Amino acid sequence: MFKTFYLGIVLGIAAAAALVYLYPVVDLHRESSLIVVHANGGNSESFHIRLPGDRIMAGVSGMAESTPPGLEWPEHDFLKNVQTELFKIRNENGVVIGAASRMSGSPEQHGSFVEWALHLPARGSMFLTMAANPSADGFREGWLRAGTREFLTLQGTVLERFIRLAGDPDSDSTGRIELSAAFVGPAEEVE
Amino acid sequence: MKYLISLLVGMLIGATVFVLVLYYNPFVGNPSVSPLAVSKLDLVDLSYSLVSSDSIVLTNDGESHVQTHPAKVLQLWEPAVKNTRGLVTILTDGRGEPAGLGVKFSSDSERTELINSKVLVESVWHIYLPERGTFFVDQTENYWSYLRDIVVSARLNSGDNWRGSWHRITTVGPGALGTARVTGSTGDLADTQAEAVESILARAYSAITGPVAITGNLTIALPHQNESK
Repeated sequence: MFKTFYLGIVLGIAAAAALVYLYPVVDLHRESSLIVVHANGGNSESFHIRLPGDRIMAGVSGMAESTPPGLEWPEHDFLKNVQTELFKIRNENGVVIGAASRMSGSPEQHGSFVEWALHLPARGSMFLTMAANPSADGFREGWLRAGTREFLTLQGTVLERFIRLAGDPDSDSTGRIELSAAFVGPAEEVE
Repeated sequence: MKYLISLLVGMLIGATVFVLVLYYNPFVGNPSVSPLAVSKLDLVDLSYSLVSSDSIVLTNDGESHVQTHPAKVLQLWEPAVKNTRGLVTILTDGRGEPAGLGVKFSSDSERTELINSKVLVESVWHIYLPERGTFFVDQTENYWSYLRDIVVSARLNSGDNWRGSWHRITTVGPGALGTARVTGSTGDLADTQAEAVESILARAYSAITGPVAITGNLTIALPHQNESK
């Protein structure tokens, strides 16, 4: 009987080890990546943000109405010329796939800047730096400055555009922000 | 029958022994000394509070015991972002003075391996420092020690809380020395790469409300000003 008991201990250790090793503690939800692959090996993908529904936070000094309700934006001098926003970010099908922050400002020390940090949990993150001023047709061009995991080795450009909601031409806060990315991976030698 | 019972009792004891060895394994855990400690580069120390009410905005899936802040902030409940937290906070310098603004996104990592004492989190910082410019920091963090020493200890405590003094480095990559990667964008560090390390200094934690007195610290090793261009 003691041999069976000792065998049980060994089996218990083995079973617990197997369970801990094999059971996926974190199993992230994945949406299908809606990427268009081009003949030159590059790919393009579009992300968008619905406003005002996807805006998590809008932080800017002296704002009359806060997002989210109850936000106490710190009134430090160094934040006077800086705007920070947080959003949920969606794929082309309108499904939320991540979160993003957008910082823009014109501090005296460093000049104007517009930047995005996109965090897509199942895929990786991107850091985009944009042109300070948009083009005449409303596009703002940007570049992939850094990426992680799926975006680690990519390089390319991004176009940011704000599309006003049809029938509400005067509003600057309803509509959608579109980010159209065109990335290309590193060149590989063909054997 | 008695053989079956002794086998089952043995298996139960074996599984318990395994869990205890895994939990109390003294050979694993996060270091408390930063790999940047001996660096000759300029070190910038930035601190922030992990207490929900000290943040500007803290959002999660809404089911965590850590309350969102403000209470009516949009929650990350959708399946793809359910394991993600978003934090916006003022960063303070070594003297406790406000030094900048930081946005941190962190998500549970699928590379988590309990058997190797790895509870991994993929996180990124988007930082604005008026004195330096803007940065992007990406890193992998290991919260095994934090969970074991603080969160589980608080739950096991009859008062549902933990008090003490605990300091550990949470950053474990992607740098070869276990450092985070910093990408400068504007200001003095435009187009430069640097390294960083994040640590946690904990003094009090509640199993009911989360961090009570816990500070995060981000140390960035920046190239000297004349080397950064």
